[in-house]
Amino acid sequence: MTSIIEIYQSLGLFGRMAVFVVMAPFIGGILAGLDRKLTARMQGRVGPPIRQPFFDALKLFQKERIVVNKFQNVYIVLFCVFTIFSGALFFAGADILLTVFSLALAGTFFILGGFCVGSPYSHLGAERELIQMMAYEPMVILVAMGMYQVTGSFKVAEIAQYHAPLILYLPGVFAGFLYILTIKFRKSPFDLAISHHAHQEIVRGLTTEFSGPALAVIEITHWYENVLLVGMVYLFFAANPWVGFILALGTYFFEIFIDNNYARFKWQLTLFSSWLFTAVAGVSNIIVLYAIR
Amino acid sequence: MSWFKRSPWVLHYNATSCNGCDIEVFASLTPMYDLERFGIISTGNPKHADILAITGSVNVKSEQVVKNIYDQMPNPKVVMAVGICATSGCVFQDCYNVLGGVDKVLPVDVYVPGCAARPESIIDGVLKACEILQEKHARQKKEKR
Repeated sequence: MTSIIEIYQSLGLFGRMAVFVVMAPFIGGILAGLDRKLTARMQGRVGPPIRQPFFDALKLFQKERIVVNKFQNVYIVLFCVFTIFSGALFFAGADILLTVFSLALAGTFFILGGFCVGSPYSHLGAERELIQMMAYEPMVILVAMGMYQVTGSFKVAEIAQYHAPLILYLPGVFAGFLYILTIKFRKSPFDLAISHHAHQEIVRGLTTEFSGPALAVIEITHWYENVLLVGMVYLFFAANPWVGFILALGTYFFEIFIDNNYARFKWQLTLFSSWLFTAVAGVSNIIVLYAIR
Repeated sequence: MSWFKRSPWVLHYNATSCNGCDIEVFASLTPMYDLERFGIISTGNPKHADILAITGSVNVKSEQVVKNIYDQMPNPKVVMAVGICATSGCVFQDCYNVLGGVDKVLPVDVYVPGCAARPESIIDGVLKACEILQEKHARQKKEKR
């Protein structure tokens, strides 16, 4: 593990970015496959093979391209590009604030894509996605703030080099981040905008009007995003790479467990509870940290 | 390489079915039969679907809906008539409002008989439909050239 990290650190800025751009879809796809397999096992089913998400994406690329509004795919490509950009910045060890903001920009493009088509289901999904963004965005910024408070740097490379695990200083921030991570992973209590499993009350929400290759790009972008988020979890335990790696994966599987155990929340509860968590766990952690240092 | 066999997404529509076949369609998603192990997903959106599974005979009211759903699906696509009503109209074929089986309205590729169609035969039908999907995709590719 340490030797892998040493090789990674010896690469230049662009080398590290390239490693992320090439590797992330594979890791993200396998994570998505494990997700489906584990979900099936938790429900007493056999489940699809772990390679299933790749089959789905490859199939979608072979489907016909149906475009309702000529701008809809532009937004999806921008969504993809900015998500990859933020992930590449993060894994190159650049500024974590920039990562957070460009991820928010990517999300905005996704919402615009949902609004630019005619389907009312898509509009409803986009509105819900906006509410979700309002719910999770404060906590994501608090994560960057908390990490700065502890390590004195916004650079991911320097945060990862910090001698002690950040979780010791930021347990509240981590708890808050764990809460909004469910929204970011689009997992069950909060899968308002895009219902993933059998729930179909708003058809497919934001992705209703996207078919074929555009849907495949959305899926792949989601894989990139998941890898980035798992990377952010890793930062909390980065002092020991092995522990960090295992706990980051553990967090992902914890989210799958939550996904299978909760019915969906209404948007009011989603917004209220995540702000409550942000205030109680995140803000109070940062205030306490400010007071004792 | 065609990937349709590995991930067919099914859209299910009830055109005047008595719900017998609908229950069997959803029974095939349960742990007992577990359609998802073949990568088959039940989707609610015609734009994401590869296979249109229709239960029940088609009548004057549902004709428009069935055609509309079919037109919204991206190519290649396959229509599957599930249950004896969807294949021929069965005992309802002489009703004043019933047009007959699904093949009176859409080009049906796979017929799944049974009243109600058994989950085993539905799964078999979906896997047949996958092969037809691959053939259609291969034909499309040839026509493009």
